[in-house]
Amino acid sequence: MSIFINDASKVIVQGMTGSEGTKHTRRMLASGTKVVGGVTPGKGGQVVDIDGHQLPVFNTVAEAMSATGANVSVVFVPPKFAKAAVIDAVDAAMPLVVVITEGIPVHDSASFYTYAQTKGTTQIIGPNCPGLISPGKSNVGIIPSDITGSGPIGLVSKSGTLTYQMMYELRDIGFSTAVGIGGDPVIGTTHIDCLRAFQDDPETTAIVMIGEIGGDAEERAAAFIAEYVTKPVVGYVAGFTAPEGKTMGHAGAIVSGSSGTAQAKKDALEAAGVKVGQTPSETARLLRAIMGR
Amino acid sequence: MDLFEYQARDIFEKHGVPVLAASVATTADEAEKAAATIGGKVVVKAQVKVGGRGKAGGVKLAENPQDAREKAGAILGMDIKGHTVRTVMIAAAAPIESEYYLAILLDRSNRTFLVMASVAGGMDIEEVAHTAPEKLAKIPVSAVDGISLAKAKEIVAAAQFPADVAEQVAEVLLKLWDVFQGEDATLVEVNPLVKTKDGKIIALDGKVTLDENAAFRQPDHEALVDQAAENPLEAAAKEKGLNYVKLEGEVGIIGNGAGLVMSTLDVVAYAGEKHGGVRPANFLDIGGGASAQVMADGLSIILGDKDVKSVFVNVFGGITACDAVANGIVQALELLGAQATKPIVVRLDGNNVVEGRAILAKAAHPLVEQADTMDGAANRAAELAAK
Repeated sequence: MSIFINDASKVIVQGMTGSEGTKHTRRMLASGTKVVGGVTPGKGGQVVDIDGHQLPVFNTVAEAMSATGANVSVVFVPPKFAKAAVIDAVDAAMPLVVVITEGIPVHDSASFYTYAQTKGTTQIIGPNCPGLISPGKSNVGIIPSDITGSGPIGLVSKSGTLTYQMMYELRDIGFSTAVGIGGDPVIGTTHIDCLRAFQDDPETTAIVMIGEIGGDAEERAAAFIAEYVTKPVVGYVAGFTAPEGKTMGHAGAIVSGSSGTAQAKKDALEAAGVKVGQTPSETARLLRAIMGR
Repeated sequence: MDLFEYQARDIFEKHGVPVLAASVATTADEAEKAAATIGGKVVVKAQVKVGGRGKAGGVKLAENPQDAREKAGAILGMDIKGHTVRTVMIAAAAPIESEYYLAILLDRSNRTFLVMASVAGGMDIEEVAHTAPEKLAKIPVSAVDGISLAKAKEIVAAAQFPADVAEQVAEVLLKLWDVFQGEDATLVEVNPLVKTKDGKIIALDGKVTLDENAAFRQPDHEALVDQAAENPLEAAAKEKGLNYVKLEGEVGIIGNGAGLVMSTLDVVAYAGEKHGGVRPANFLDIGGGASAQVMADGLSIILGDKDVKSVFVNVFGGITACDAVANGIVQALELLGAQATKPIVVRLDGNNVVEGRAILAKAAHPLVEQADTMDGAANRAAELAAK
């Protein structure tokens, strides 16, 4: 098993005809992902050859879904057009939309997230994330497929390269699914969503959670773990030495009730029984000790 | 990007939010002239991006232009919590009857926008939020629907604004929404929003934070960047498109991906505890495609920092291939020539790591040494910096 994606996932690529889209479509295909087509408004009807795969291009996500049966979309379109692309996918009731694009204005991401919530038929991952991988089954986004294979660990992380680093540290054990949820202020799928899915996934036996400074997502995740998660969780938080953000006014602190520092997050996780490593390597060692590996 | 009060004021004015006549001055002379133009009593306000300036003596009432000159002279150059005052705003003084609070912001936790409103505004609003939360109305605002007149009236009623100002406050709130949305802001805060003795509602002080991701559709925002406050190394890095932040330490850091670089800073700081407390000198994320030129630009910025005693290059090749990074380092050192004088510890892992390590081994540059692990490399870099 895996979470959110599996070997039956059929993936379309929004922005497939752009340079990033083409490059990563090639990589996803090479790692065995069932990419079934692409969406680029105005280029519908074309067929693109990517390493011998004849991939049809559609004008809208709805057309792509009805022609290919796709149930996952991955978005590589530039920031300027990302909102329209996600809304197109939500309007088509695409079940899972993975937004890789970096640099989307937060007014746009807040808007498409709210829109998707209102419709209630689309789960968004990202934006500004590396996507997710269930090694050997499906790879949606830009996570390298050759770091490690499938196994019993579930990983959820705000950061892309720390995801890769942690997969590498634990490459001999392997992962059920690794999800990069992105570090933007507004993201579609949270630590909590992933923790819940990993807890409910019979093949995941241990969970690694990576957080970083800013917001209060880790504190909320800690509260959720205490209440819901019975599988072992180890954590890592980046940003202890990061300079304090110049927060202005009173609004931020009033609203979150948390300082958002790495220390506050580490404390909250430890209070929930999560072992937190001081470095990525130590975090991996903590997990090994728990798993007896 | 956080704005100065005067920049927030100007943006408010542009969107029709009622503000007082004001102008900025960087010298006592200019302050006197500005006060004469405005006429009557004025307030001289230090322009710093930090709270508590009133308590620090950075806000003074001036009776006349001569007085404004003296007050500005005293405030300019003042240090407020580590921020040097380079500019003052000279604003008309208003006879205040009541102080309120109004803010629109991004609520990260709930992934929505939020209005906070209170009739107990002023310096101690944070205190109010803690001790009397019922006096601070918090109303979520949909990112799709925004604030309509009906929604504004609902908020004003929830915050229990007095009947005689309710309509005016609702109108101001609509205009603040216009600022928030139209300028791609993540925070628009008015504190205090005042009722003057003649019953007018005025935004007396404002804080605005703008979303830098929206730069592509907000061409005016570039001019709001505070060039003077930028560290020269940071400015040079920005010109080369590098994501660099100067810190107070000795170990220069280059890495790929914000999370990994942040983690690298932490690991170096821990390792540094064993080596006389050396610390990371900077944050530098070279991102996904680390070309030789990007590596050369990054190394030259870091080696230009006189505080740097050693450098730690920490790359996990995901999309980036380690051989490309290694070639980048070798070519960067060729480009830099005699400019490169500090030891460089390199840790490569991931995509094409064998090729990458071989390239560095073959080049055998006297300043470069390789380490197998991130923790090991951090320790070595800290050790070299402590020498």
